[in-house]
Amino acid sequence: MTLFAAAEPVFAVPVLLLDISLMALLVVVAFAIVRMRSLFAVVMLQGVYSLVCAAWFVSLDAVDVAFTEAAVGAGVSTVLMLSAMLLADRKSTPVPMNRQLGAFIVVCLAGAAMLWAVGDMPAFGDANSPANSYVGTDYLAKTAEEVQIPNVVTAVLGSYRGYDTFGEVVVIFAAGLGVLLLLGLNGNAGRWVARPNGQVVNDRSAPSAAYAKDNRSEDKKKSGEAET
Amino acid sequence: MSAPDPKMTESELPHAYAARDPHVLLRVISKFLIPLIAIFGFYVHFHGEYSAGGGFQAGVILAASVILYALIFGLDEAKRAFPPWLIRVGMSLGVLLYGGTGVVSFLKGGEFLNYSVLNENAISGQHYGIIAIELGVLCAVTSVMIAIFYAFGSRQPETSDEDW
Amino acid sequence: MAELFAQYNYVIVIILMMTGLYTIFASRNLIKKLAGLSVFQTSVFLLYITISKIKGGQPPILLEDKKYGYDEDGYALLDGPISVAAGDASYILPGPGSDVIYSNPLPHVLILTAIVVGVATLAIGLALVVRIREVYHTIEEDEIEAADFIYNLEGTAD
Repeated sequence: MTLFAAAEPVFAVPVLLLDISLMALLVVVAFAIVRMRSLFAVVMLQGVYSLVCAAWFVSLDAVDVAFTEAAVGAGVSTVLMLSAMLLADRKSTPVPMNRQLGAFIVVCLAGAAMLWAVGDMPAFGDANSPANSYVGTDYLAKTAEEVQIPNVVTAVLGSYRGYDTFGEVVVIFAAGLGVLLLLGLNGNAGRWVARPNGQVVNDRSAPSAAYAKDNRSEDKKKSGEAET
Repeated sequence: MSAPDPKMTESELPHAYAARDPHVLLRVISKFLIPLIAIFGFYVHFHGEYSAGGGFQAGVILAASVILYALIFGLDEAKRAFPPWLIRVGMSLGVLLYGGTGVVSFLKGGEFLNYSVLNENAISGQHYGIIAIELGVLCAVTSVMIAIFYAFGSRQPETSDEDW
Repeated sequence: MAELFAQYNYVIVIILMMTGLYTIFASRNLIKKLAGLSVFQTSVFLLYITISKIKGGQPPILLEDKKYGYDEDGYALLDGPISVAAGDASYILPGPGSDVIYSNPLPHVLILTAIVVGVATLAIGLALVVRIREVYHTIEEDEIEAADFIYNLEGTAD
């Protein structure tokens, strides 16, 4: 059997060139994200990755998705990761080669298995593929009569699949609540104080926190000795 | 910002101001940009039925305008412009508006979230329903995004500046 | 040669997906793991959107039936079944006999909401990382495990 069996639609050369250059850019940025050790660079490259993704979404006719990806991926998500990085570390420690090898083998095997299955997938741009045949075309045909707004994506999002969207809004609400429970709207969640036997204990002076701090400083001392 | 030294010549003055406030360019440009971003967000929301856009995108763009304000002018200023109680109200109001539209259509004799019964004319009913739920999505997404940013932004970092 | 470009989108998606998976497996920094998770997530978005693309298609926003002009032989440039809406607007529909092809809108809807949910869940992950950092003073996975191991070994009761 050949790897690329069911093949028909191939795009025109200019479209192909644009798509392939955007994809190559995506792959390069993704590899750079893997290689970088400075978390600042990783976060910035992720913004670049999202922006290139958004450009490719426009080329793939998904203008609404491109809009969202550009606003969310390159805007809000980058700011969030930066502010989380400010509260955590700036650099990641290097991972030794022997720890990387197992992951690399697993990933290669999984990737090869998926590449093997590519031959069974419909061609890129196929109008008669199962995914493009049934309900999607029905929405396109009926929106003009039943909802009468030109943007089919909004019609499907709001009307035909209102249940889905309701679920998504509830998930966003729950995620927001989760962040507020973990960190607090004013940044004060988890800063607890207890007064057992008249003695003040808070999150900094609790036994567990002191323990973690001691270990950290001892580790640093040890590694410093080993280096010198 | 205190006034510069009065003995300075006129050509030195701009440099003196720039030295005291290195972000003056950022401030001026963002003061010009933030209202534009907010208006663009509302345009994306209300034009979402006719072109690319809708509640999700508009919510993120509106939140981005508040986040930009907080990044340039500080979190306390942003909290005066968009207070935390508004976030709590907005988060819940968005979900309630969405669910409430479903309940209203339910009470008017249709299924949950069947907008056709909202008006005698089924098409206008669909339009009313979509406008209502998009408003709910806008409220919820804007508030949640700003809430997440406030939560991360107001947490005190424990690392010192030397780590940078 | 032509077959090589018929399914190349899946190859790119698989490469990106495996890159994200490798970052999650191999790196021990929690923030870098989350970055890998987003790369993985974006590759899934790309898989859906590339499947929904139709050759020669255009964005799924219905074209209004204005007169788009005529070619040299006097035939209309854009032709197809037309649906007349309640107002004065009428839209060109896809289907047999139509010149206009719209890409499939359904995957767009699914991914549109998934992106916003994705950033909300990413924020949850980052909030957990921040709290872990405050207690353990590190975000490296092996150091956290070592601290847990020593803590369990000595079994301080409190």
